[in-house]
Amino acid sequence: MANAERYDAIVIGGGHNGLVNAGYLARAGLNTLVLERRHLVGGAAITEELIPGFKFTTFSYAISLIRPEIVQDLELVKHGMMVLPLINTFQPGLDGEYLFLGADSDANYHEIARISIEDAEASRDLDHLIARLARALKPWMDRIPPNSRSSDPADIAQVAELRDYMDGLDPEVRGLMQKFYDCSAAEILDEYFENDLVKSLYASSGIIGSKCGPRDKESGLVWLFHKMGDYDGEPGHWGFHKGGNGGFTQVLARAVEAFGGSIRTNAGVERVLYEDGRAVGVSLADGSTIEADLVVSALDPRQTFTRLVDPADLPEDLVQYVSDYKFQGTAAKVNFALSGVPEFPGLEGREDMFMGFTNLGPSIDYLEEAFADCKAGRFSRRPFLDCCVQSTLDPDMSPPGKHIMSCFVMYAPYHLAESDWDSERENLGDTVQQTIEEFFPGFSDLVLHREIVTPLDIEKIVGLSEGNIFAGELFESQLFLNRPAPGWNQYRTPIAGYYQCGSGTHPGGCITGGPGKLAAEQILGDRSR
Amino acid sequence: MPRMTPFQPRLEPLNHTGVWKHWSGYLVAPQYQYSLNAEYYSVRNAVSVLDTSPLFKYRFTGADAGALLGRAMARDIGGCGVGRAQYTCWCDTRGYVLQDGVVMQVAAGEYWLTAADPSLRHFRNIGREMGLADVSVEDVSNDFGILAVQGPEAHHVISQLTDAADPLKYFGVAQTTIAGCPVTVSRTGYTGDLGYELWIPSADALTVWDALMVAGKGHNITPIGTTALKMVRVEAGLLLMGADFHTSRFAWVDAERETPHELGWGWMFSKLAQDDRDFIGRSAIEAEIAGGTSRWKTVGLGVDWHDYERVYTAAGIVPPRHEIYSESTMSIYRRGGKEWDYAGYASSFLSSSLLRKPIALAKLPLDLCTAGSEVDLEVSVIRQPKNVLARVERMPFFNPSRKTALMSEGGV
Repeated sequence: MANAERYDAIVIGGGHNGLVNAGYLARAGLNTLVLERRHLVGGAAITEELIPGFKFTTFSYAISLIRPEIVQDLELVKHGMMVLPLINTFQPGLDGEYLFLGADSDANYHEIARISIEDAEASRDLDHLIARLARALKPWMDRIPPNSRSSDPADIAQVAELRDYMDGLDPEVRGLMQKFYDCSAAEILDEYFENDLVKSLYASSGIIGSKCGPRDKESGLVWLFHKMGDYDGEPGHWGFHKGGNGGFTQVLARAVEAFGGSIRTNAGVERVLYEDGRAVGVSLADGSTIEADLVVSALDPRQTFTRLVDPADLPEDLVQYVSDYKFQGTAAKVNFALSGVPEFPGLEGREDMFMGFTNLGPSIDYLEEAFADCKAGRFSRRPFLDCCVQSTLDPDMSPPGKHIMSCFVMYAPYHLAESDWDSERENLGDTVQQTIEEFFPGFSDLVLHREIVTPLDIEKIVGLSEGNIFAGELFESQLFLNRPAPGWNQYRTPIAGYYQCGSGTHPGGCITGGPGKLAAEQILGDRSR
Repeated sequence: MPRMTPFQPRLEPLNHTGVWKHWSGYLVAPQYQYSLNAEYYSVRNAVSVLDTSPLFKYRFTGADAGALLGRAMARDIGGCGVGRAQYTCWCDTRGYVLQDGVVMQVAAGEYWLTAADPSLRHFRNIGREMGLADVSVEDVSNDFGILAVQGPEAHHVISQLTDAADPLKYFGVAQTTIAGCPVTVSRTGYTGDLGYELWIPSADALTVWDALMVAGKGHNITPIGTTALKMVRVEAGLLLMGADFHTSRFAWVDAERETPHELGWGWMFSKLAQDDRDFIGRSAIEAEIAGGTSRWKTVGLGVDWHDYERVYTAAGIVPPRHEIYSESTMSIYRRGGKEWDYAGYASSFLSSSLLRKPIALAKLPLDLCTAGSEVDLEVSVIRQPKNVLARVERMPFFNPSRKTALMSEGGV
């Protein structure tokens, strides 16, 4: 590799975790290069002006779990970070009923009490208990998880510390945690609520991006995961970055460069190069090579362990675990450019219900039926949709008076039993549009343009295997001690100098930035040893 | 949009300040006129009327209603006979206070309760856990408006509208009609003065309001807002949830929780040794009594007038006395020995115009809780912390005999 370019560190993939990781490495003084296959950084967190004046959040569309330390450490505010509050939540039914929740807890009580007085009271109890649990788990979200397979006394001590911490939790909090592990979202909701619309309001958090229905055990942890974030300390609340999540990754890119890091787009990495079990650089799609003793993959575990390197060079148990690791993407996006805001019968003329999440999925049965299609290998004939008309919050997202609407679609299984995604693309778009039309009559008349993103598109465009938005399911077997594999959950790989920092590592997806940060902590710690 | 109480059509034009706030999601006036003191003195000098409709209201009926309340309430519901009201509190299983409120047995086996926070599910869950077959707990919050008619002239006003109030002893309850409307009247209030509270069906709210205003006209009846109420309740030594304590239900840690004994409600358990009531929190409360494990106590503090005068005068400014009411935490220190020796805090502070001195509700360690104990209360003098002498006083600070006097025998 004579005359090859050389850097201290190469980060493969310019998604948010790659950028966070590169930011920390550059901040520590390493000459760092981010290599991004596409023409723009951001990974799944991008904003694209597909038609003039309309900014589409093609994939990821909201933010909550970004670790606050990252904002401070990488000085993101200086580079334009601005997270707007999603002040309202709208949960319409198909029978004219709806829940329209906002920023005032007393008003929200009365809004739920219209439908169920007991549920209004129960929601306060449940929200508070989840907030306490999230708070209790936070310290473990923000540290390198223990290695459960190690015989090193320091690792064994950490596992013991974890056990003692969990045992020491307030019994109420520990009890709820156990429920999230053992029970489905629906089971927990049945304990608290009587009304189906109220249950479905909560249940959506338990299925987002995951191949499970609200009555499947896995939905408990998926729900908890989505409540681990906050907005200005308000637990479980979400926000919307100015300019979409692409606005956020542009902020990260500016931070990387401000710390002296370099970013190269249209630079897809073919292979990680290593000699005698040590990373020495990367080779690119164009045949060139770049040298570095430190190579970090921000791609998902399948790519990190089976494409970028030869799995034959890795321990068999790791390769087996990665091959068993579940991606099984089930989500799609359909984004609309609209000539106006959809109207809900009875709330004509109001658009503030779109300043936040609008959940179309008014009952547990509705969600289960949507999932039944998924299990049968087809997209939901009546999907669950998580919509947000982001231009009601950020006027820069669309031309004045016009709007942009992001619709997250469940379920859309990556593997279709009797068709393929390129054939089904427009059918999916039509189905989503019809579903919105059911809730908001006249919706179709507003549609100026629609962008359909299938799970196959997510895989092809972003590189996320099988289109899984979290770089792997948020199931117990793939979280914390097991993300992405037991013993390999501390960002290292069997190849010295080769690390992993994608959402497939702890704490996981949802734009936490945690993997990027914690991987940097591990890398910099290893270098100082 | 905030909700409106059934009295809002009458109250709206009375609010000369244009300022409204929210109470449990309802629109209420903090004060109606520019002079807060005028409203405050209407409670002590004439008669005030306050709309307390935003309180949550629950109706317990059925043969097992008493059993449910006996389990739910920390104070013995057996002491609340037919036609009686009772100030009580309810705790969680660990003996921490969830809420306080007034319960009344309006008819045999039928209890009505007011609460500051939603509690329907809480009480129903207790009934379900007990397996009670014959009890119904209903949220009747929207069915009734409540008016508090309080002050030395309160009886003169009420007695023009109904005879039912005449025989009512302190915490007595009667069902009557006013202006042809069914009204439940109780000799209760949050002012520590002579007064009544009226439960009025929402549909009749304006009719009863109008009758009350006609009856009260010659007695200077004055609508008051929530601020004047909060001021007079400090003089009465009555605690306010959200200021002097917080519900255990939404606490994060035990440091935010309080037991009935810590709130000074030990008197609710004076007969605990003689009864075998199986109420929620009992074992924890017994353990607290037996072990003397209360962490603090809630007491009244009288601020030394001379010392209060001194610290401001020394700085060259006038001591703040006019319409001063605060729910901001003020630190309290031990006197003598080392400086700034933290002891506790005041949770409500009032420069009492009636008592001509500042008073406060405070949390202090047990060794400082006896009447006459001296402490330093931190005040801000031109934004600098200064200590003023304060003494633990018996509460209520103000306790007129008219509060409990029998009106049928001439009363005031």
